[in-house]
Amino acid sequence: MKRVFFNNRWLPWLLLAPQLIITAIFFLWPAAQAVWQSFLREDAFGLNTTFVGLANYKQLLNSSEYHNSFWVTFVFTTSVTVFTMAFALLMAIAVDRLIKSEKVYTTLLVWPYAIAPAVAGILWWFIFNPSIGILTYVLAQVGIRFNYVSDPTDAMILVVLASSWSRISYSFLFFLAGLQSVPGSLREAAAIDGAGPVKRFFTITLPLLSPTTFFLMVVNLVYAMFETFAVIDSTTYGGPAQSTNILVYKVYQDGFVGQNLGSSAAQSVILMAIVIVLTVIQFRYVEKKVAY
Amino acid sequence: MAQITIENLGKVYPGGTRAVEDINIDIADGEFIVLVGPSGCGKSTLLRMVAGLESITEGTCSIGGRVVNDIEPAERDIAMVFQNYALYPHMTVRQNLAYGLKNRRTPKAEIDRRVAEAAEILQIGSFLDRKPRALSGGQRQRVAMGRAIVREPAAFLFDEPLSNLDAKLRITMRLEIKELQRRLGTTSIYVTHDQLEAMTLADRLVVLNKGRVEQIGTPLEVYRNPASAFVASFIGSPAMNLIAARAVPHLPGTGHAGLIGIRPESLIPSADGQIEMTIDAVEELGATRLVHGHVGGEALTVTMPADADLPETLRLKVDPQDIHLFQAESGARLARA
Repeated sequence: MKRVFFNNRWLPWLLLAPQLIITAIFFLWPAAQAVWQSFLREDAFGLNTTFVGLANYKQLLNSSEYHNSFWVTFVFTTSVTVFTMAFALLMAIAVDRLIKSEKVYTTLLVWPYAIAPAVAGILWWFIFNPSIGILTYVLAQVGIRFNYVSDPTDAMILVVLASSWSRISYSFLFFLAGLQSVPGSLREAAAIDGAGPVKRFFTITLPLLSPTTFFLMVVNLVYAMFETFAVIDSTTYGGPAQSTNILVYKVYQDGFVGQNLGSSAAQSVILMAIVIVLTVIQFRYVEKKVAY
Repeated sequence: MAQITIENLGKVYPGGTRAVEDINIDIADGEFIVLVGPSGCGKSTLLRMVAGLESITEGTCSIGGRVVNDIEPAERDIAMVFQNYALYPHMTVRQNLAYGLKNRRTPKAEIDRRVAEAAEILQIGSFLDRKPRALSGGQRQRVAMGRAIVREPAAFLFDEPLSNLDAKLRITMRLEIKELQRRLGTTSIYVTHDQLEAMTLADRLVVLNKGRVEQIGTPLEVYRNPASAFVASFIGSPAMNLIAARAVPHLPGTGHAGLIGIRPESLIPSADGQIEMTIDAVEELGATRLVHGHVGGEALTVTMPADADLPETLRLKVDPQDIHLFQAESGARLARA
């Protein structure tokens, strides 16, 4: 690391100032506001504010609705992460085996990434729409009734699909790059060592991909947890019966629709804590555990 | 232990590019064969065809009397040492050695015994629990060898295994490979572009050029009686002097243009020498020196003792026995009278 010494003790501060000011105004201040607000209770018109201490948190932890949202978030995040990564890996393996037109397939597979989550949401909303959806129609032909408006499982499937779809591209690119950096001679050595294609994949290729896999896992978890608001908001609005009401969406609903700003702030603080934990895990383990 | 027979072997890639053509080699049990040639001559392709990493499009390859054309690499009972070693980076040295045995469901006790034995032979016992990235180039090379010998295969295949090592280590490892092969008596095919490595390791050399065999023979046979101008210029360092000759009298079949080949050490300085060479440059090698010069328009290189006098022009003579003659167009050797 290169060390620089300044003669003027204020100069370094001055040089850092733009970044520090931006961080303070756009990150630290709102975060502090949220923490402060989580200790308050306000009436619906914002005329009266009372300090209630930890009451908002207590209420949340005792609320079965909030527990449900946690569970929904867990199911949703895990499904999105697993589905996205499994499908992306499958695609990457398929493209890696191609001899010709590899670039064309790669380009085509990356397209969905350019589509905004809200648009992706609406796209799948149309495809699975109970009255006009094309896939709903096809499913109905084979005797499956798919209705995300009334069926909680169907609603979950819809939001998982809509959220995963555009993210598959991102994971696919990383997996493909990872696969292509595995030296061919390692696979050949393993082939001579008597490992068949499946065994080769699980004992050589997959372990060598572990840094990529871990990175993608954290990135996709964070995505599914915090950046899927638009998908939910453009499809199910958290319903039916709270079945797709993930934590991030609940913050919005309770705060801006339900006008319960104190509870909404408390939920934000809890989410903040989760982000911090995820970040720590990533930095702690991404280099230690998975490197070989 | 096995003999390897390669018959009319050829390889044409889809698209029509030809890599090797009409190769015939009979390798005896326990023999050390070196495939040598310039880059792009098809030596690695040939080795990979024996290993089963490249498909065989013409001819047959048999290992231990069994045609292996359509047999998977794993079933051919061979072990290969790769140029970049191809050690599994996420496994310890021990796991690297055991991997092939585990895949073949060898009992645990037997695996332990063989790994210990290989570690003993190659002196890698002290870092069995390290990962490959924690090893030096020479140590990785040993582990790669170890992975081949634990399998106790019918044949070893080496694909330029020493080319990633520095010059000094290369010479040490060269000797170790030779000794190891002697001791184990395993049939081996070794690919290299380094003619010195080829000469020192081989029981028999196979010199390849443009996908074809130029000559097969013991290192001394190949050195003394090169079958073509290509072999003459490729084997031996410094390279043989090749001089264009319009016509060579007293010899059969030389009514047309030919090439005269003389090894640099066959040109002997002598007061009554017929050849008068003007010296252009001198390279000191310590024990000997290489003298570069010209006679008429032809460049010549002469090997001389380091303490010999260096006049401006050297008078040289050559024993007629040491003159090689080649056809100009085909490069084929012409019989001496």
